[in-house]
Amino acid sequence: MTTMTDPPKESFQLSMLLNDTRYRSLTFQAIAAILLALSIWYLGNNLIQNLRAAGLNISYEFLGNPSGYDINQTLVEYDSQSTHARAALVGILNTLLVAFLACVTATVFGVIAGVLRLSKNWLVAKLMAVYVEIFRNIPVLIWIVIIFTIMIAVLPGPREFRGADPDASMFLGVAAFTNRGVYIPQPYFIRGFGGVADLLLVIAFLAGSFFAVRAVNARATRIQEATGERPQTLWTNLAIWFGPLIVLFLALGLTFDVPALKGFNFAGGIKIGGPLIALWFALSIYTGAFIAENVRAGIQAVSKGQTEAASALGLRPGRVMNLVVLPQALRVIIPPLISQYLNITKNSSLAIAVGYADITATLGGITLNQTGRAIECILLLMLFYLTASLLISAFMNVYNASIKLKER
Amino acid sequence: MKKSVFFGAATVAALAAGAAAAGTLDDVKARGKLNCGVTTGLVGFAAPDANGEWKGFDVAVCRAVAAAVLDDPNAVEFVPTTGKTRFTALASGEIDMLARNTTWTFSRDVDLKFEFTGINYYDGQGFMVPKDLGVSSAKELDGATVCIQTGTTTELNLADFFRANNISYEPVPIETNAEAQQQYLAGACDVYTTDASGLAATRATFEDPSAHVVLPEIVSKEPLGPLVRHGDNEWGDLVRWTLNALITAEELGVTSANLAEMAASAGGNPEINRLLGTEGNLGEMLGLPADWAVKALAVGGNYGEIFEANIGEATPIGLARGLNAQWTDGGLLYSPPFR
Repeated sequence: MTTMTDPPKESFQLSMLLNDTRYRSLTFQAIAAILLALSIWYLGNNLIQNLRAAGLNISYEFLGNPSGYDINQTLVEYDSQSTHARAALVGILNTLLVAFLACVTATVFGVIAGVLRLSKNWLVAKLMAVYVEIFRNIPVLIWIVIIFTIMIAVLPGPREFRGADPDASMFLGVAAFTNRGVYIPQPYFIRGFGGVADLLLVIAFLAGSFFAVRAVNARATRIQEATGERPQTLWTNLAIWFGPLIVLFLALGLTFDVPALKGFNFAGGIKIGGPLIALWFALSIYTGAFIAENVRAGIQAVSKGQTEAASALGLRPGRVMNLVVLPQALRVIIPPLISQYLNITKNSSLAIAVGYADITATLGGITLNQTGRAIECILLLMLFYLTASLLISAFMNVYNASIKLKER
Repeated sequence: MKKSVFFGAATVAALAAGAAAAGTLDDVKARGKLNCGVTTGLVGFAAPDANGEWKGFDVAVCRAVAAAVLDDPNAVEFVPTTGKTRFTALASGEIDMLARNTTWTFSRDVDLKFEFTGINYYDGQGFMVPKDLGVSSAKELDGATVCIQTGTTTELNLADFFRANNISYEPVPIETNAEAQQQYLAGACDVYTTDASGLAATRATFEDPSAHVVLPEIVSKEPLGPLVRHGDNEWGDLVRWTLNALITAEELGVTSANLAEMAASAGGNPEINRLLGTEGNLGEMLGLPADWAVKALAVGGNYGEIFEANIGEATPIGLARGLNAQWTDGGLLYSPPFR
């Protein structure tokens, strides 16, 4: 017979908050949180009081006033009578444009350089090593300024295209490379239905071709699996891609607006401004060097056995890389790639060095200056960059989850 | 955590501004040095010379104030500021006064809480173009690419001018005068626009100044002058009357040549006597010794002498007095009386 006595019922005592290890860490965390909140409140309150004492109240009313200045690259309609909020929007779009373009090209540069750096060809591997080491070890601001300076010094000004025997001439007669930017022909439709409708029509045709090509490829795969021989699909696919599009273009009357020298500058066509090119190129080539290292690390993380096994199956080196190594390497490459994309977005704020009108130059530059609302503008800037970075991060994390090793 | 750091920094800045708002004169005396905001380099107005010594028209105002307060024209810490940083530097107390081709406007005076202490140069915005462009009027600039220094009244005037004349242009915003020069000379822009005095100063540094012309249109009023923070009227008075002393001295014929003689004893003109402290107690009212104006004038002479030495017709800048002549000579310079 055994008797059991209940363990003495433990009642909670205040001293246990300090003496009992189960509660102690909670106590300290709570104290730290309260202190942190108090100090933030104290500093914030102090700031507001001091600003009020100096007669400066936080107010965002200035965003509704006319900005009074012009911007050289506007993706949406804007003139000097538009509001400061509109100028900020123009800046946001310009930031997003250069960040998007730079992310795409940096990835292309990075993947190519990263793969080539592992090449067995000594010269190619060393050249890529030199590229990576030079570009990532010099600050990006210096690259932006160097590239811009070279551009304005080397390329001809629009004036040099003038005259009977000009110093410079247009590339193939349709595009002009000047030190103010590159002017290329702009396509438009004579018998079109208006900008957006035409664009939707082209996209619809492309989507149609895409699904048709997929169907053709699926059929080829079925035949290959049944008979072991894959029918030739290249010409059919090319015809499906281009045939309907050419018919559409002919029907709508596709024409090009070729840039021509008019007055001080080229008029017509699409202008890609010098500052955009310099910033875009500098950000891509600088961040590309970092991405190259990420790619190299990712490839080297794939065990050599995978390559050997793929070779043993008779795959050629190119296909080994594309079909076996790179898909596995992506798992290692994507997480650091996210932070490189964030870096590009944040580094684009150096745009003012070359006079590119990004959000830092419009809202954080001219607007801040003309209105003197420094704290308000900087808070808005912080909010924008934070939001943009978090969105990029969230988007890339979704992609990362989709290519992660799925254990079943 | 980031947030708290930001608020911390902002609070420190706000506290510093609050602390510096009163007693700037005492601060300067205790420090033994005047912190004066100037441009990052505009020859004739404020730029370091070959020996690294700051020289120029705006620099002379700083030195005159330093001489009046500290009895030493070299007791000045020159803080180079850009169009963008100048107001923050002044508002935060980093500098005691700003003498940087700054246009006196309503919003800067009222909304940004600054005190303009007078006008030391009456200017207006102009345009400079290469001569071979064959342009003779700013109204012919339709479609031109224009280099502007950002953070100035210039870009607002420019937008207004082109809109009023219904012509288009493409702005190229640039941070400093040096970068603007480089782009203009490389032909990345057709036109460079800023205050006419700044254009003259910039052109003077070109390899071949005669290949560039300043167009006749002056599209705005740009009264340039030194400024201080709101809220410290004693300090504001001191800077204002030092500038007025330089202007009055020219009007009354007090020059660096006859200054010592005139200041030695009271003469026949009571206003000169009051200015130079041989009569009355004007210096005491400012909280300075009686001969404060003598010290200020001893640095570079009166307004006219400073003008001629730095930006006048004998210098490479080559500016005529024009609007900046004394009112007695048909200009706009008109100092209130010393009494």
